[in-house]
Amino acid sequence: MSTTVRTRVRSQSPSRRLKSLGREQLPTRAIAGRSLLYAILIVLAIIYIAPFLVQVATSFKTDGDAAANPMALIPETWSTAAYQRLFLNSDFPVWFQNSAIVTVFVTLGRVFFNSLAGYALARLHFRGRNVIFALLIAVMSVPGVVLLIPKFLVINQLGIYDTYVAMIVPLLTDAAGVFIMKNFFESIPASVEEQARIDGAGTFRVFWSIVLPMARPALVTIIILSFQGSWNELSHFIVATQSAELTTLTKGVASLASGQLSQGTQYPLKLAAAAIMTIPVAVMFFIFQKRIMNTTDGAVKE
Amino acid sequence: MSTPARTSRRSGIRGGEAASGWLFTAPMIILLGMFLVIPVLMALWVSFSDWNGRGSPFSASVSFVGFDNYSALVGGGGLAEQDFGTALRNNAWYVILVVPIQTMLSLFLAVLVNRQILRGRGFFRTAFYFPSVTSSVAITVLWLFLFSASGAVNKLLAFVGVNGPNWFNDPSGVLHNLLGVFGVTTGPAALTGNTFLGISFWEWLAGPSVAMSAFILMAVFTTSGTFMLLFIAALQNLSGDVVEAAMMDGANGWQRFWRVTLPQLRPTLFTVLTLGLIGAWQVFDQIYTGTQGGPGKTTLTPAYLSYQAAFTNQAWGQGAAIAFILFVIIVVFTLFQRFLLAERKVSARRMRLYVQTPTAGGSK
Repeated sequence: MSTTVRTRVRSQSPSRRLKSLGREQLPTRAIAGRSLLYAILIVLAIIYIAPFLVQVATSFKTDGDAAANPMALIPETWSTAAYQRLFLNSDFPVWFQNSAIVTVFVTLGRVFFNSLAGYALARLHFRGRNVIFALLIAVMSVPGVVLLIPKFLVINQLGIYDTYVAMIVPLLTDAAGVFIMKNFFESIPASVEEQARIDGAGTFRVFWSIVLPMARPALVTIIILSFQGSWNELSHFIVATQSAELTTLTKGVASLASGQLSQGTQYPLKLAAAAIMTIPVAVMFFIFQKRIMNTTDGAVKE
Repeated sequence: MSTPARTSRRSGIRGGEAASGWLFTAPMIILLGMFLVIPVLMALWVSFSDWNGRGSPFSASVSFVGFDNYSALVGGGGLAEQDFGTALRNNAWYVILVVPIQTMLSLFLAVLVNRQILRGRGFFRTAFYFPSVTSSVAITVLWLFLFSASGAVNKLLAFVGVNGPNWFNDPSGVLHNLLGVFGVTTGPAALTGNTFLGISFWEWLAGPSVAMSAFILMAVFTTSGTFMLLFIAALQNLSGDVVEAAMMDGANGWQRFWRVTLPQLRPTLFTVLTLGLIGAWQVFDQIYTGTQGGPGKTTLTPAYLSYQAAFTNQAWGQGAAIAFILFVIIVVFTLFQRFLLAERKVSARRMRLYVQTPTAGGSK
């Protein structure tokens, strides 16, 4: 550590070196500072991670053990009762299936429609393009919670209440995603398409086989955001459905939390349900981790 | 589809683009229209009507009632006004605490994690970001467990000799509790006697309830990672030149951060504060999953109240009205913030500050 500091000092301009002459204690101070930095980071990391470790540990405890030793990371007696109950003796598999169905369709739909619209707004010249873009920005600023009642009204009016259609189609609206795709398509040089056009490819052909494959980074961003968004969505499903067969994980686990299915606290059961629910997004996160960190870096760089 | 259009026009390479342009954007336009624009207009009508949830809101039996639904909320003097006032009070405290804390914490995390020489950067970033990917429902379930009366948090507090509260069942206001320590249990008549939106000023000043405080901690825990990523991205885009120049002028680390780095982060700061504000005024999932407004209505929020009014009490007009008032609140706050943080010309007074800073720093 101290060597890096040394070289940095040496490489600095003469005036800077003069100033640092008075601070011969710099290496020791730097070491102290670095130790403090790591100490702070480690404590913070523990605070951020510990709740999840406690969650997983508790899901393998017995009810009594969970109540008596809420902090223990190793169960007194290992028990998979919570998981057995969830998978063999509850609607949990149905919830999981519904969440999976909705998430897959919403993600596919968003990827397709966002990139289509994003491409048109970035590349195709047509009258009204600016108006559409302005509307898109305006629409993006409507807060989601305000739409709870409105969405129910339209779904009801359309006669699709309590169907998969009502769960999936409204979630396909994604102004922010269009925006991301538009920005990305603008960064691709126009000459790429012109070649294909001269060769006689139609607009859709150019879009589908030339430009879209180049947009993989942006598409991955859309996939991550849509997957996470629709998997974690709760309020839309509350207002769009009511029947038990259409309950998603979020809705089901929320009803668990407020005491249905269980007598007493049954924390292992609830925490197991919440943990399983987290697994798909966690897996998604770890697969695309580099990309998540990098795309956000790049998104602002632009 | 577009190929025939192009060949028929033959107006060069741009031929047929208008048709494809509309065709490409049509799905999104239709979806946004159907599930965003029309719904909002419908709800606007409902908020001015006495629709009770049965039949169509446009049927002949539903009548226009003007601002009745709105006035019941902001001046009706009844339970509706009281609940709305309580919900606003609760959410206002939530916003006042969550937005600054999450912004400062995420900036702090970003600065810590952004150092090039830091070992395990990836690990720390992942650790701080992970809570952001989990669903609010799952986190709420976890939080209910951690903050239960004999839960992990209270066990932890017991180690340092603090007798933790029964978090999600404690309706007492944090500020009132603080005053209680000094023996102040009732407010002056001026505060208890006068009311705004059906609840007394003394109640407005109660602070968030203990139950709401647990939600506040949860919000900070789950959002700081997302905003940390935004700040990291911004920090990485800053050019080192300015900081180096400040270094040459003898500015110390704190001054460099405060006077050089932070002003450059202004656009990101604006984004984070705006997103934070918008998010914090929309607390719904957590309340629905966790406390459903209780204890003592101290975790009631306008978003949840709007849902409850419409779907539970069948007071659709009122529910829609609450939603629109919430909408206006969010827009006003966002505009106000935009005004506050707008890039302005540096005034002469502030300019002096900038010019003098290096000398002041050097003489230290």
